Amino acid sequence: MAKTLFILPFFIFFGVIIYFAIPIVKKSDPKLLPSALVDKDVPQNKLPPLSKNKRGFDHEDLVGGETLVNFFSSWCGPCRVEHDLLMKISKEKTVRLFGINYKDQTQAAINWLNQLGDPFERIVADKDGRAAIDWGVYGVPETYLIDKQGKVRYRHVGPLTERILEEKLMPIIQLLRNNKDD
Amino acid sequence: MTRVRALILVLFSCLTYIQPTMALQPNERLADPLLEERARMLSQNIRCLVCQNQSIDDSNATLAKDLRVLVREKLTAGATNDEIFDFLVDRYGDFILLNPPFKPTTYVLWYGPLIFLIFGILMVVLIMKRSNRRSFEKPLSQEEQASLSKLLEQKDKT
Repeated sequence: MAKTLFILPFFIFFGVIIYFAIPIVKKSDPKLLPSALVDKDVPQNKLPPLSKNKRGFDHEDLVGGETLVNFFSSWCGPCRVEHDLLMKISKEKTVRLFGINYKDQTQAAINWLNQLGDPFERIVADKDGRAAIDWGVYGVPETYLIDKQGKVRYRHVGPLTERILEEKLMPIIQLLRNNKDD
Repeated sequence: MTRVRALILVLFSCLTYIQPTMALQPNERLADPLLEERARMLSQNIRCLVCQNQSIDDSNATLAKDLRVLVREKLTAGATNDEIFDFLVDRYGDFILLNPPFKPTTYVLWYGPLIFLIFGILMVVLIMKRSNRRSFEKPLSQEEQASLSKLLEQKDKT
């Protein structure tokens, strides 16, 4: 009995080492947080369209099909990085793509879209960032996957990459689409 | 010597006057000192998710500023402290609280130290018991017996 007790600290020690080593080996970024909104309804904000000739949306427009909602800003560097991929998603119609322009100047955002192309089917402006707080946004760019009931299924923080799209988003989208056929 | 002591005292008292630079801007403050005090208290317990190891009271991140303003707006509108914490947890999860809540998923966190303390005390008691038993129950070796009688002999002589 006593002997096992004396060995126990070593086992606890190795247990702790393994626990802390897993995220290092897996190279997961501890700064990326899961969304608190997963499996909950999207927030019901009424945001204006970015400009007169763009279509806006609210939570009701998200019902009916899978949608990616992308928070971006013209002042945000990583948003530029993911923009080409967003253009590709829009061109290939991989999935419906809506945009929320975060704490930006309207003209700067319009210039950005004119210059780099506008991948968003619909786009609204969140001038003061209050809607973003309701979504739990803590750093642009952020991308939310919404199912056809208007519930949040996944959130990616940071620029979207081909790999994230293929390995994280597409499997969930496929699953959601397959459920529709049932 | 007294001079050195005085110098140390002066230096030390200087240190106590150093205060951390504040992220809070003067125009963010509320006019009502009581509400402002509550706002400060709340802000110091809300994590800035951009920096992650600072409270929104300390952080210069724009999101921290937005949240500070939001907290003050809610306080002015009459919200309770718990309502404000709940509002933020609904959106950002428990991680936004710098003080982890007490619930089944955090039992290990809260009870862990207590378990380790009990474990430690148990070990100490066990070790002490053992060493006690050893020193009392074991008969003296021949060498020990010899040196003991030698000492006793010496004592008798004096």
